[in-house]
Amino acid sequence: MDAIFLQILNGLDKGSAYALIALGLTLIFGTLGVVNFAHGALFMIGAFCTVILNKLLSLELVTQSATETTPWGTPVEVHTPYVVMWFGKVGETMIDYSVFWSILFAIPVMLIIGIAMERGLIKFFYKRPHADQILVTFGLAIVLQEIIKQVFGANPIPQPAPEAFVGSIDIGALVGLGANAVVYPIWRLVYFLFAAVIIAGVFAFLRYTTFGMVVRAGMADRETVGLLGINIDRRFTAMFGLAAVVTGLAGVMYTPILSPNYHMGMDFLVLCFVVVVVGGMGSLAGAVAAGFLLGILQSFASMPEVKAFLFGFSIDQVIIYLVAVVILLTRPRGLMGRKGIMET
Amino acid sequence: MSDNKFKRRSFLKGSAALGAGVVAPTIFTRTASAYTNEPGDSRVVLGFNVPQSGPYADEGADELRAYKLAVKHLNGEGDGGMLNTFSSKTLNGTGILGRKVDYVTGDTQTKSDAARASARAMIEKDGAIMITGGSSSGVAIAVQSLCQEAGVIFMAGLTHSNDTTGKDKKANGFRHFFNAYMSAAALAPVLGKEYGTDRKAYHLTADYTWGWTQEQSMIAFTEELGWETVDTVRTPLSATDFSSYIAPVLNSGADVLILNHYGSNMVNSLTNAVQFGLRDKIVNGKQFEIVVPLYSRLMARGAGDAVKGIFGSTNWHWTLQDPGSQAFVKSFGKEYGHPPSQAAHTCYVQTLLYADAAQRAGSFNPCAIAEALEGFKFDGLGNGPTLYRAADHQCFKDVLVVRGKEKPESEFDLLEVFNVTPVDKVMYEPDNPMFAGGSLGKCNPGT
Amino acid sequence: MLKTTDNKDRLMMIAFTVAVLAAPVILAPFGAGYPDLMQRFAIYGIFAIGFNLLFGLTGYLSFGHAAFLGVGSYAAVWMLKLLSVNVIPAIIFAVVISGLFALLIGYVSLRRSGIYFSILTLAFAQMSYNLAYSVLTPITNGETGLQMDLDDPRILDAATAPGQLPPPSLFGLEMGDTHYLSFMGLDLQLNVGFYVCAAILILMFYISLRIFRSPFGMLLRAIKSNQTRLNYTGVHTRPYALVVFVISGMYAGLAGALLVCMDPLAGPERMQWTASGEVVLMTIMGGAGTLIGPVLGACIIKYFENIFSRVNDAVVSNWFSGLPDSLGDFFSAIVSPFLGSGWQMSLGLIFMLVIIFLPGGLMEGVTRLIGWLGRLFRSRNNDEDAETTSAKESSPDPHSSRPASPKES
Repeated sequence: MDAIFLQILNGLDKGSAYALIALGLTLIFGTLGVVNFAHGALFMIGAFCTVILNKLLSLELVTQSATETTPWGTPVEVHTPYVVMWFGKVGETMIDYSVFWSILFAIPVMLIIGIAMERGLIKFFYKRPHADQILVTFGLAIVLQEIIKQVFGANPIPQPAPEAFVGSIDIGALVGLGANAVVYPIWRLVYFLFAAVIIAGVFAFLRYTTFGMVVRAGMADRETVGLLGINIDRRFTAMFGLAAVVTGLAGVMYTPILSPNYHMGMDFLVLCFVVVVVGGMGSLAGAVAAGFLLGILQSFASMPEVKAFLFGFSIDQVIIYLVAVVILLTRPRGLMGRKGIMET
Repeated sequence: MSDNKFKRRSFLKGSAALGAGVVAPTIFTRTASAYTNEPGDSRVVLGFNVPQSGPYADEGADELRAYKLAVKHLNGEGDGGMLNTFSSKTLNGTGILGRKVDYVTGDTQTKSDAARASARAMIEKDGAIMITGGSSSGVAIAVQSLCQEAGVIFMAGLTHSNDTTGKDKKANGFRHFFNAYMSAAALAPVLGKEYGTDRKAYHLTADYTWGWTQEQSMIAFTEELGWETVDTVRTPLSATDFSSYIAPVLNSGADVLILNHYGSNMVNSLTNAVQFGLRDKIVNGKQFEIVVPLYSRLMARGAGDAVKGIFGSTNWHWTLQDPGSQAFVKSFGKEYGHPPSQAAHTCYVQTLLYADAAQRAGSFNPCAIAEALEGFKFDGLGNGPTLYRAADHQCFKDVLVVRGKEKPESEFDLLEVFNVTPVDKVMYEPDNPMFAGGSLGKCNPGT
Repeated sequence: MLKTTDNKDRLMMIAFTVAVLAAPVILAPFGAGYPDLMQRFAIYGIFAIGFNLLFGLTGYLSFGHAAFLGVGSYAAVWMLKLLSVNVIPAIIFAVVISGLFALLIGYVSLRRSGIYFSILTLAFAQMSYNLAYSVLTPITNGETGLQMDLDDPRILDAATAPGQLPPPSLFGLEMGDTHYLSFMGLDLQLNVGFYVCAAILILMFYISLRIFRSPFGMLLRAIKSNQTRLNYTGVHTRPYALVVFVISGMYAGLAGALLVCMDPLAGPERMQWTASGEVVLMTIMGGAGTLIGPVLGACIIKYFENIFSRVNDAVVSNWFSGLPDSLGDFFSAIVSPFLGSGWQMSLGLIFMLVIIFLPGGLMEGVTRLIGWLGRLFRSRNNDEDAETTSAKESSPDPHSSRPASPKES
């Protein structure tokens, strides 16, 4: 019982990451119809916003120690962050909470990157074949991640959660399942809540604002909306910016869970395409639902009991793809796909 | 009609002009030789095949730094590093057998295909006489068998699987790095002393050959100690989030978690395990503990504070105080401004050992070099007295048990050497079941 | 009309054959004239030609084609291990097995079209990769990759020298044998393995040409342009798509078998999605739907992977050694991020540049170049007026939608 409860929690947590990234991707890919292979790179850049801000906050005054030397004879360097020098304890707290500052930092950065990408590159590819879009966005993804690699190296860079959010809480004890039955890290719960808020925000934005209405109309029938004298192109640019921000924020908040490295985007890319397509092309709700569904199934597949039931077969190796195949064969357009989007 | 002809020719001309500027042709001459890539009188080419892209790129970069340093020292530049402390004194800074040492580099991408392509380019195009490097066992084994077929020597870089000198051993391949068996043999007594002999262990294992040999070794040695193995769970290599594997651990009744992971798998699973608060728990009346059998300092950085107090093993560490290690750290630090990693160390040592063997054999013939390396006993290269065993081409030396430092003084100071397990504790017979199957075969000089 | 196409094809076939056979001469100045890379050019050329048959003709974008390459590789190694080091049975067995595998996956995947088809093929390939890496280790030897072994049975072969593995061969001709030749100051390496690959490449190119020109090929193109209309006219398209999917999978299996025959090891990364993506990129970059384009794309990607990645700092500083120190350092600093460990950066930039400026891939560049040269040649003979008009005509309009892509050549 508690094991199942635990895996549902895990699934929701995994799923919230998938859902967030897939939500961004489906805005670009599922609705604008651009096969964006640079989407993983946006996630990665979002994560590196945290790294960059952390580095900025902890810019250090480097002095040379008078007494100590390294084994190779140069004096040991003493690092003091400026923020700590100037603000003392407050400065330390500022560095500690850098993940939250990074949200504020990442929003404008990702918006600019998203808009620049759309205006500078993607705009010219709306009418080109999907093959061309694949090549150009794949090229872009490689270039972006190589730049990050040359600046930050290839190894993962740890970004600890703020001190107050480190550690875990015993949910089991709270709901009466006994001590140590369901223990869950605080930050993962924060991530889940954050994802829920963002997803709700995006839906509300598209549902209840005029802007959102125009965009939804534009997705359904771009030409008619254009004929009505509405500048749909500018709305689509904004959509691209929005998608970049959502994906970037998914990356920012994920850093304490997964130390960011330059190829983390590629690791998530394929998975997100699977999530979006399983959810159904052109459906935001489908992408979110598929994200959570695949997250939960993946969690269950990793349970030893499940493997034992399947005669020891490591189903967790293939579960995502197996589910994708089954869903696509039983439901031709995924969970909630609309007709006619990228079917030829 | 004439269109097509024109097309090809003009394209070729255009790209020829372009290409000539980009990559200069490599011209070398060949004469009838007794073995593959017999070098001329002036220079000898070594092939450094390391991961330059993919998750191990930083480790590869550090290996490459070590190789360049070794080449410098062999050619008599710099301060000589471990040449001064090496027990064999045949190397004198005039290259190898009077020939200047030159090198070529390649990118393995940590894929056996790419690694073999790169190694073949070195052998076929650049005339490399020895290939070395690598940062994973799959690649090492793939390149080792290629070198066996091509007739050149392979000096393995970082490869920890039992199979490299076990069932996949080759006469032309040599490994200085330690292996999974040795890690487990060295760790077990320390774990017994620190955590007691009445423990219940839960294994999470990367689901591929290295992980399996590591798990098998750890189980064998911890059970000998009296520990009980509660469960072993395989995790996919591609996993980035280990929460669903770690969450059930607390309820399993285990009080030790053993993470048979390496690289980014290790970073993520360790970070996740600490996030789940495993180490704060008391299970079966004992403090819950985590063990990482194979540590890499470079990678451990990615796990941040999570490594504090966690036991593991390593081939070498830069804080060692013997003259060899100190000489190496000094000369590496001077050159690059930071201490070398264990990968850098093993690669540097392998290059020196190769050069010395050639010098002693008086020939670059792979068979002569293999003979010189087999059964070779040496000292002064940072690991104490070491034996290159003839039966399986594996080095036998002391193994370091390390622990994550509670108060690191710098970003390089993450581990502390907790114990040095002497070589006789980690020694095994060549026909040990974990290494059985396969045979060295005969050395192949090629051509 | 028909006759001219025939003539053109014959000419293209001859030009292609000559270029392939003369590859050691052509490639030597680029530093690519060594056996391994030339073999890879030919093999990935075959792979891309096969992929192009499916994608270029029908428009079905398979994102899991590397699975067939991988299955072919494993099948071929098993033949080398069990039967004989002769490459013929290995190749035949690999093609058959990958064909069957393609039939299975194609039958299921072709029930969907568009992106849903792509994701289905991707899912099958990723499952194959993950299973080959771990669960199927007894068959695939997992991470390490499947290799030949000293104690393999090889029931058809005579005993070989003890302690040494026999190399794959074609009736005694060893794949690794290389003849060295000096020609116009170039050191040429004429390698048996390469010529085996080259012969097969030429044959495969010819088959692909025949398919392009056949009524079957015409029908496949119709699937690409309007499948619904075909269905309404009573043509059931799925069997045709399935046939070309299987042919394409067999091409991939053949490529996998050749990889193994040249270098007897099959590893699971061959089936990873990045490998599937690679062949997609090769085809698009060269020009999807063209005959030569995919081969060109394959050569360029493999060239970057194998040559650019090997240019290290020492080599770079050597290039600029003639310059004053500060200037040399400056140039080194500019070019090094794109070479050595940064080779992927250059590749990414090339992808972007090619597709931004040459919408139809490299073959469009070639066609434009010929058109431009042709006009230049003609205008030489005419007066100045004609030259200015032709210059106006040739200036490309960046805002126009995609120009008619070169379907042939």
